[in-house]
Amino acid sequence: MSILINKNTKVICQGITGKAGSFHAQQCLAYGTKLVGGVTPKKGGTDVGGIPVFNSVAEAKAGVGADATMVYVPAPFALAAIKEAADSRIPLIVVITEGIPTVDMIKAKKYASERGCRIIGPNCPGIITSEECKIGIMPGYIHKKGSVGIISRSGTLTYEAVWQTTQAGLGQTTCVGIGGDPVIGSSFIDLLTLFKDDPETKAILMLGEIGGSQEEEAAAYVKANIKKPVAAFIAGQTAPKGKRMGHAGAIISGSSGTAEEKYRVLAANGIKTIHNPSAIGPTLKEMLGVR
Amino acid sequence: MKIHEYQAKELFRKYSIPVPQGGVARTASEASARFKDYGANGVMVKTQILAGGRGKAGGIKKASSAAEAETLTQGFVGSTLKTYQGGGKGEVVKAVLIEERRAFTKEFYMAITVGRSEGLPVLIFSEAGGMDIEEVAHNSPEKVLKVAFDPETQVSAAHFAAKLKLTAEAEPLRAEFAATAEKLAKLFIGLDAALVEINPLVLKAEGGLLALDAKIAFDDNALFRHPELEAMKDPDEDDPKEQRAKKFGLNYISLEGNVGCLVNGAGLAMTTMDAIKGAGGDPANFLDVGGGATQEAVAEGFSIMLEDPNVKAIMVNIFGGIMKCDIIAQALVDASRKIGVKIPLVVRLEGTRVEEGREILKNSGLKFHVETSIADAAQTAVRLAKA
Repeated sequence: MSILINKNTKVICQGITGKAGSFHAQQCLAYGTKLVGGVTPKKGGTDVGGIPVFNSVAEAKAGVGADATMVYVPAPFALAAIKEAADSRIPLIVVITEGIPTVDMIKAKKYASERGCRIIGPNCPGIITSEECKIGIMPGYIHKKGSVGIISRSGTLTYEAVWQTTQAGLGQTTCVGIGGDPVIGSSFIDLLTLFKDDPETKAILMLGEIGGSQEEEAAAYVKANIKKPVAAFIAGQTAPKGKRMGHAGAIISGSSGTAEEKYRVLAANGIKTIHNPSAIGPTLKEMLGVR
Repeated sequence: MKIHEYQAKELFRKYSIPVPQGGVARTASEASARFKDYGANGVMVKTQILAGGRGKAGGIKKASSAAEAETLTQGFVGSTLKTYQGGGKGEVVKAVLIEERRAFTKEFYMAITVGRSEGLPVLIFSEAGGMDIEEVAHNSPEKVLKVAFDPETQVSAAHFAAKLKLTAEAEPLRAEFAATAEKLAKLFIGLDAALVEINPLVLKAEGGLLALDAKIAFDDNALFRHPELEAMKDPDEDDPKEQRAKKFGLNYISLEGNVGCLVNGAGLAMTTMDAIKGAGGDPANFLDVGGGATQEAVAEGFSIMLEDPNVKAIMVNIFGGIMKCDIIAQALVDASRKIGVKIPLVVRLEGTRVEEGREILKNSGLKFHVETSIADAAQTAVRLAKA
């Protein structure tokens, strides 16, 4: 078991003829993902490394079927691409594109949720179920089938944590990069809800960052709902305070947002806090009682 | 991208948000001319810098005569103003805004920013406006209202009028507040702002609302939609090294410490800084060379770090993902040969083909201190920086 995606998930790639899209679509295919098609307007009928390209998501869905889409479309056109996927009722829309305007994400999120679709990202490494299905830009080989569910706001820090859980012999069920933008499709809580009910996931690791109050909100959710062991690491304990303008940022985030405050709230809600970045694997091993 | 108050007020005027009359001055003669135009009841001389907190830092003064306005302008322009919002560094004042003085009876606070929890833009409003608004928000949160709104369906005075909770004293102003909120929301959405703030929004002695201050920051990701805003960019907003780094796809922020660090990925870079601090040292910078870490990026990163005379050791922390460790190791060797790195280099590589990568470092003839864990690498780097 896993969450959201597995070896049967049919995936299409929007923006497949671009540099990043074509490279990563083929990497996903090589990993074992059922990458069944790609979409680029006006390039229908061609192929990328044997993957058939369609003019629209609707055509791709009709032609090869799709349970999920991986979006590499450049930022100015990402909103339209997400809307197109939602119009075709693709249930999982994984947005790798970085630099999408915040207002566009606000609109995309509403549009997708009104059509029953879930967005992961944007500006994230994607989602992977170890040894089954990779939708994104993460290096596949560091992942090993196992028992830890990972949710992360970061990129390479996620790979670091994945690698440590692999080295510790624990492996992962599913690893989700939710992205670090101000407005994201899926939050820590959205994914905790799924990991809670996945019997294969024996422990959950949250990788947070300074800013916002998502980790604090997730902490309260964990205490109220999750019986499995949950651990968390927060990056940015020593990050300098940037030059700021005005008071609105400080008012809206209140006391939350700093690494210190996040660690305090996480610990107070029974979550194991990890302060040493080299101790992620060993800590989870200990929590799961694995020798 | 942040803009100055005088620029923000030009945009307020376009969106029919009332602001005092005034103009910019950089010299004594300009100050004197502005006083003639706007000084019937005296003027306010306001330093134009991008950080907030100017009032508390003494950057806003009143003048009752042209001579006084001239003296203040001369004193301000060219000086460095350090405010509590400035993040430690001061900012050189390049101009002042000279405005008519207006009598008012009450100060309010109104702003819009994106609420991460709400996933929507949020109007923030308080009847207790002024310089101490953050203390108000902290000590009496009930005095600060937050009204989220949908950018497509709720940018309307009716939405804000229905949601604003006002005291009996402010109740007569409900329609005016809602109308101002609508205009501010139109500006926020129309120009893809990240922040718009009026503090204080005042009630004039003769009645009617007036924006005494104006702050706007834009969503950098949306600037491509607004080429007209390009001209408002202050070239000094980012420090020159940070701008240079940006050209090479690097994200660099200079700090006070003596341990340089070069990392791929922002989260891992922050984690590396935390580890350096945890080992008893201080990072000299934040440097994210991007997920890929190419040889060009690494070489440019080294040269930017080495320009900082405080840097006594460098810690490289790279997780080789799509880019394999042996390729990264070769990039490190080539870059340090090219640049001629003379200070200790601690390298922590992890990921695929890591053994081959470490072998390349070992056989390069260069003095790399190779470590396997982040914590060990940080300790070594801190020790070598102190030596």
